[in-house]
Parts: sequence; structure tokens; C-alpha cells
Amino acid sequence: MDYHILREFADSWAALAMLLMFLGAVFWAFRPGSRSTHADTANIPFRHEDKPADPDAGDSLRPDDGATR
Amino acid sequence: MWDYIKLIALGLAAAVAAYAASQARDLPYMVNMIQAMLAAVIAFIWILRTMGDPKPSNTEYCDGVIRAGVIATTFWGVVGFLVAVIIAFQLAFPQLNLEFGNGMLNFGRLRPLHTSAVIFAFGGNALIASAFYVVQRTSAARLFGGNSLGWFVFWGWQLIIVMAASSYLLGGSQGKEYAEMNWHIDLWITVVWVAYLIAFLGTIFKRKEPHIYVANWFYLSFIVTIAMLHLINNLAIPVSIFGSKSVSVMSGVQDAMTQWWYGHNAVGFFLTAGFLGMMYYFVPKQAERPVYSYKLSIVHFWALIFLYIWAGPHHLHYTALPDWASTLGMVMSVILWMPSWGGMINGLMTLSGAWDKLRTDPVIRMMVVSIGFYGMSTFEGPMMSIKAVNSLSHYTDWTIGHVHSGALGWNGMITFGMLYFLTPRLWGRSGLYSLKLVSWHFWLATIGIVLYASSMWVTGIMEGLMWREVDSQGFLVNAFADTVAAKLPMYVVRGSGGVLYLLGGIIMAYNLWATVAKQPKTTEASVAVPAE
Repeated sequence: MDYHILREFADSWAALAMLLMFLGAVFWAFRPGSRSTHADTANIPFRHEDKPADPDAGDSLRPDDGATR
Repeated sequence: MWDYIKLIALGLAAAVAAYAASQARDLPYMVNMIQAMLAAVIAFIWILRTMGDPKPSNTEYCDGVIRAGVIATTFWGVVGFLVAVIIAFQLAFPQLNLEFGNGMLNFGRLRPLHTSAVIFAFGGNALIASAFYVVQRTSAARLFGGNSLGWFVFWGWQLIIVMAASSYLLGGSQGKEYAEMNWHIDLWITVVWVAYLIAFLGTIFKRKEPHIYVANWFYLSFIVTIAMLHLINNLAIPVSIFGSKSVSVMSGVQDAMTQWWYGHNAVGFFLTAGFLGMMYYFVPKQAERPVYSYKLSIVHFWALIFLYIWAGPHHLHYTALPDWASTLGMVMSVILWMPSWGGMINGLMTLSGAWDKLRTDPVIRMMVVSIGFYGMSTFEGPMMSIKAVNSLSHYTDWTIGHVHSGALGWNGMITFGMLYFLTPRLWGRSGLYSLKLVSWHFWLATIGIVLYASSMWVTGIMEGLMWREVDSQGFLVNAFADTVAAKLPMYVVRGSGGVLYLLGGIIMAYNLWATVAKQPKTTEASVAVPAE
């Protein structure tokens, strides 16, 4: 490996691909309808502080089950 | 069955290490191999004695290893700050390179011990413990691999610290800053780090929450990137498998470029992304409100990921590295300012509507100051990466001041906040022993940092200007020794800032100990959870 790898990234499609991926991630964050998902995800730290979720409760907790809000 | 395989592996490891120690070509290697042998023997005995014990149930979090991590973080923190104070005064008063300790306790040997103790021992333990805490809570799942994998990561990491520290004192170093560990320690780091990655990722895979909380994104990027950096920067061929010396597969400026690609991303991912994971969990928890903007946290994350990796060449301005490469590094470093401040704003604004807590809660005050220092050093850094500024600041104490406002201010303070948050919860105590002592710690640490950073600005800019000063004939005005003499008062100020910071750390250690030892255990530590 040498420093030309930087050059190859910087002036090739790789840099453009990285930029597009970044813009894609930003667009995905701002997509319509993300607000409620994000509100729910942002509240994850306030659930399950003492115990893991019940292993029998199924694969995932429904966001709106109001478990320990 | 599993236990028998472990016993066989540990027995073999102890035998191999003992043989390697007997064949050792140099002292650091021999000492390291003896340490490895002892570690394998102790682990062997421990597994033998706990064989067949009942397995802990799946309905509880795996917290024992996190408690150990809290203790280790506190212990290595105080050790690292103590070595820091010693070497700070060794710089001010060279007589402190004492005669009897010559060859082992000089500045040159203690300096890597200090940097590794604070970054990898204090910071590393804080990251491992908090990552295990956060990933279990935000996944609502017990740690993947349970106690055995968790304890393997914890004790494996302590062994790395002890091996690296004794190796440095005995002169074993491959001479790469922040990657001084020799090849045999590097191999062991790789094993432990992969175990860490498996435990972390496995927990995420079995999560019960539909989404992965943003703190875990930061922790995961830190673990993955450090693995990649570590492997590539330490590509080396040992001179002998029984000796600690090795030769890097890259040479000259290529090696320097790789080293600073590693070095800057160690800052970017170990000391920034990992600690941002801490910020995104513990600041909302302590403020009792969700992060200000979850969208901003996503943009913060992806912008950091795409930008940090380019910034390394700014460590090599005006060297054999071509101009285009250092310009590229400079431009990317300046762009990096934006997402960093986005993250700072996100952390600070999490307190919006709860600013009154700053008055009553010294722990949140610590966290806020830490985010403030994150913002300050991520402004200073891009500024110093600009070539014109760098031509003044490079090789001067300004760089050291910059590193420490980040390390003491951002990393240290957020870690202290994390420790104050975790200790009562992990040991089931109703609260901290004394908030007054937290306030003392807060002010001692803050004043210590201010003394440190401001003295380093003064001495850094002063020596930069002295080095470039020429007279009317074009001759340099100052000899190097002139700058050293001129720096003495500032070095004393810096050392006293360090003393204050160390005092704060000792007060914290006492307070955390008293929280557990001097207070009764409350059965229901945190708020009771309604039945699900």
C-alpha cells in the first residue's frame, strides 16, 4: 500500500460513490414518515434499563406497545 | 465439553509462552512471555475451579464485567494521570530523570507509558465497559457470549495493558506513535479485539428493539475501524519469533503516511466515535430526555465516517509527502469541522428545557463541559490543519495543548460523567456518596485543563515564533536551547494543571469507592419497571 491509494480514491468514481452514499444516508434520514420512527428510536435508552426484554415476547417489541415508556 | 477445550487451549498457551520465554532474544520479549504464561495459568485454574457451576439466567444483563470495567477505568485513569504529572515535571526539571532509574524511568520511556495508559487503559476500559452497558440496554438483550466472552475481553485487555507498559519501560517499542506495541502484543490485541467485536455485534443481532440506537452505530464504527487501522499499520515482519523486534513492510514516507492515517483515525474513531457513542447514551439518560435531534445524529454519524478517514495527511505538512496529499488532508480536515459541531450542538441542545439541571447536577455539568471541549478542540484541530497555521504550530507545544484539551476536556470529562452515572446503578446504590465531591472534582479538573491548555498555547506559539525569527542578515536569532529555557515557566504551569487534574481523579476514585462501600444496597436501584 502507498499514498497513491489516496489519489485513486480522490479522483475516481470511488469519491463520487462515497458522496452519493452519504447523500443517500442523509436523504434516508429525512425521508417522509421518518419522524415517528426516529421519535421511537430516540426513546430506546429509556426502556429496559434493568432487565432484558422477555425472551418469550417474540422477535421484536412493537414500537407502540407502550411497554415501559 | 466447552470447558475442556478451554483448558486444553490454555494449557498449550502456557507451555508455548514458557518455551518462548526460555528462548527469548531480548528482555521485553521475555518479560511479556512470562506475563502471558502467568495469565494463561491463572485463567486455567479459574476455569478448572468454576467448571460445572450453574449458568446465569438469560433474564439478566451481564453486568459483572461492566463493574470490573468501571473499577479498571478509575484505576488506570489515576495511574495515567500520575505518570502524566511525573513526566510533565521531568520536562520542566530534567533532574527528575533520576539517576537510579536511568534507562527505565526517563522521559523517553515514561512518555509512551503515559499515552498508552490514558488512551488505551483509561479510555479503552471506559469504551469497553460502556459499550457493553449501552449495547445490552439499547438492545434489550443479554450480552452475546455471556460472561465468558465478556470476561475474556476484559482480562485480555488488561493483559495487553500490562504487557505494553512493561515492554515500554524495558525498551520494547516499534517506534510508531500510539502504536508502540511490538508485533507479539499486536497479535494478542487482534484476538481480543475480534472477541470484542463478536460480543458487541452478536448482542446487536439478537436485539429485541426493532431499531439500532445511534450510540451503537458509533460504538460499532469505532470497533470496526480500529480493527482495520491496527491490522494495516502494524504490518511487520518479526526478525525472530523469539524476539520483539520487527521490520515494517512499508518504508519511508509510505510508512509515515500509513502511521498518520492510523494515528489520526485512532483519534477520530477511538477517541471521538467511541466517546460519541457514550455521549449519545449517557447525556440523554442523565438529562432524562431523548437526544435533541435523532436526524442530526444520523447525519453526524455518516459525515464523520466519510470525512475522518481522509484527514491523516495533515500530520505530514511540509514533509516528503507530496503537496497534493497534504492539501487533500487539509481540505478534508476543515470540512470535518461542520459535522463535529453538528454533533456538539446535538449534545448540548439535548438539555434544552432542562438547563436548570446544570445548577443542581454536577454530573450533567461535567458532561456539558466535555461537549464544550469537544466543540473547542474540533474547531482548533481543523484550524491547525491549515498549512499556514501548521507551519507555525507543528512540532511545538501547541499540538500537545490541542491534544490535551481534547483528551482531558472531552474524553476525560465524558468518562467521569459516565462513571458517576454507572456506579450507583451497577452496585444498586440509591445515589452517589457525595455530590459535593463531584463538584470539587469538576472544578479541579476544569481549572487544571484551563491551566494546561492556555500554558501550551503560550509556549507553543512562542517557540514557533522563536524558531522562525531571523535577523536582517537572514540568520536564525534563537538556538533551540533558547526556546527550551524560555518555556520553563509555562512548563511549571502545565505541570500544576496536571496536579489539579490528578487530584480531581483521586477525589473521584474515593467518591466512587464510598458510593459502594459506605452506602447500603437498595434492592430496587432504579425506577421500578411495570410488568410487561
